[in-house]
Amino acid sequence: MSQKNTLSNKRFMNWFRLSSPMTFYPVAGKLIPFFWVLAFLFGVAGLWVSFFVAPIDAVQGQGYRIIFIHVPTSWMSMFIYLVMAGWAGLGLVFNTRLSSMMAQALAPIGAWMAFMSLWTGAFWGKPMWGAWWVWDARLTSELILLFLYLGFIALQASIDNPRRADKAGAVLVLVGVVNVPIIYFSVKWWNTLHQGASISMTKAPAMAQTMLWGMLLMALALWMYSIAVALMRVQAIILERESHADWVRQLGEVKS
Amino acid sequence: MNALLGIIHRDLLLVMRRKSEVLTALFFFVIVTSLFPLGIGADGALLRKIAPGVIWVAALLSTLLGLQRIFSADYADGTLEQMVLSPQSFVLLVAGKIVAHWLVCGLPLVILAPIIGIQFDMDAGSLKVLILALLLGTPVLSLIGSIGAALTLGVRGGSVLMSLIVLPLYIPVLIFGAGAVYANTVGLDISGHFSLLGALLILALAFVPWVSAVAVKIAIE
Amino acid sequence: MTILNPHTPLQSTPLLEARDLTCIRGQRALFEGLSFGISSGECLHVSGENGVGKTSLLRLLSGLSRPELGEVLWDGKSIVSDSVSYRHQLLYMGHRDALKEDLTSLENLEMYAVLDNVALSQENALATLWRFGLRGREDLPVSCLSAGQKRRVLMARMITRQAKIWILDEPFNALDSNAVQILQKLIEEHIDAGGIVILTSHQALVIEGLRVLKL
Repeated sequence: MSQKNTLSNKRFMNWFRLSSPMTFYPVAGKLIPFFWVLAFLFGVAGLWVSFFVAPIDAVQGQGYRIIFIHVPTSWMSMFIYLVMAGWAGLGLVFNTRLSSMMAQALAPIGAWMAFMSLWTGAFWGKPMWGAWWVWDARLTSELILLFLYLGFIALQASIDNPRRADKAGAVLVLVGVVNVPIIYFSVKWWNTLHQGASISMTKAPAMAQTMLWGMLLMALALWMYSIAVALMRVQAIILERESHADWVRQLGEVKS
Repeated sequence: MNALLGIIHRDLLLVMRRKSEVLTALFFFVIVTSLFPLGIGADGALLRKIAPGVIWVAALLSTLLGLQRIFSADYADGTLEQMVLSPQSFVLLVAGKIVAHWLVCGLPLVILAPIIGIQFDMDAGSLKVLILALLLGTPVLSLIGSIGAALTLGVRGGSVLMSLIVLPLYIPVLIFGAGAVYANTVGLDISGHFSLLGALLILALAFVPWVSAVAVKIAIE
Repeated sequence: MTILNPHTPLQSTPLLEARDLTCIRGQRALFEGLSFGISSGECLHVSGENGVGKTSLLRLLSGLSRPELGEVLWDGKSIVSDSVSYRHQLLYMGHRDALKEDLTSLENLEMYAVLDNVALSQENALATLWRFGLRGREDLPVSCLSAGQKRRVLMARMITRQAKIWILDEPFNALDSNAVQILQKLIEEHIDAGGIVILTSHQALVIEGLRVLKL
């Protein structure tokens, strides 16, 4: 929601005018390169901090640096789920197609973030704890979040009627959003109950300031990247779903 | 209120006329639990340890199996449409269908569970906790599952898709339910588990019928 | 039989009114800007070829689906905002029989009475079933009845439902000529009593005072 906010404030555009796929398509096109540049800049800064500025960890050596990807992807996977739920909710309440298309565009990105978080978690775990996978609260919750994403994507893919797919997906993701805190809480409960808490990804020793900066910069980079890719995906979705409309057939890309 | 009882009566009557469908879900429960000792070995101590988890997972899966029929039969022959158009509150009718589903699929699990528990050599105290936990938990399973069933009505590959959607949402119930029995065996306090299960039940009862009603209407449009 | 232009301005205060209805299915608009009104005591036959949107229109009028644009008004109020009173007065019959195959015809009628919130004594239910030639078959599961007999059970429901407006999608399907006569008479009686009927049918209809809406 924030990317649209800054734009409309700067250009004093009417909010609801942007909610038509036809008006949004060119706007998205103009925004995409802007976000790629931001992603690149933040990414370079973040990687530089991660590799050169942040100190070597006393216990974990150089290998811990994968945390600079693991933690930001983890944050993004949860953030994207919230944003997705917001868009889907808007689409359900106001019956706007574009909001639902945004949710549809974000889902695979969020799923990918969750997957990367698990993957990098494994790469961190193996040299540190000797196991490719540990059932700690954070990783397990991340896994369940991935399932929630996959369920949403599968549901939308299985329903032929796009409007029904939008609404059904919206109900599912809103139910999911309510359940995510419950699931997270229950997994933490489960973890402490079964005494697995000795091995925990979150129990890192107090982080140096620079480490936090590195993670923040990487998170920003991923955020800009997500927005850029989401805008690209939503353009593709608009073309696909509005293919019968005249303005689509007039587009340069489509004509050629 | 009359409508609620009427719908429950109707669904139970329909089940009585086709008992085989219900019984298959219950047999499934028994068979699945029997697979674990066959796969893992008959070591008594190990079986006692995994029993709560195994029984709960089997309960989840059997409930899912039973949920495939909660709306789909009515959807196929057109009676679901009539219910949506009924002057009675559709949320009430959906709640009635969920209650009927629990009476047919959930309650028998609660009754069967101690028998399975004995097969796994669980002691009396654990069995009591198990039954109570299932009593609180299985209605939540029926409730949450109905959302998945409504969302996937008439969709290709709907039953597998429904499982994919619903199982992550079942995890808190599984954790608190099985956790209660486990906590009891190691001597920890179980009141926390039960309050959480109770809270889930109240939350689900308050919101889910409405959500499922919305989901059914989306499917029928 | 008068042919109605779909965009005719509305007559005197109609009971059921459609305003600017637009229906989109898939990528096409089936119809746009459709407006018409129906008053008490009228029967509207929605005609057109297959796939032109007759069923979609009926579903819009019944409230099962929402139009992309436009609204449906009952007694001046939108059927979306005032849906309970509209559903009280509405009987919708779609393509499928909407009968539970495992229940008997009597049980089906009684179940619908509960669903429709109408009082129905068992004598009344039986009498209605007998009226439609189902004597001796009331206690058989519906799966044992023929297609025509199932339709007769539905005709019994049309009586016991006591609804003011009937929306019927292809009600003459699977009926023999005798049953067609019975149904036509039922519709005429309903209109004479001040009710409203909207139906689709591929057959030629002989009903007094029929209006036609060609999509």
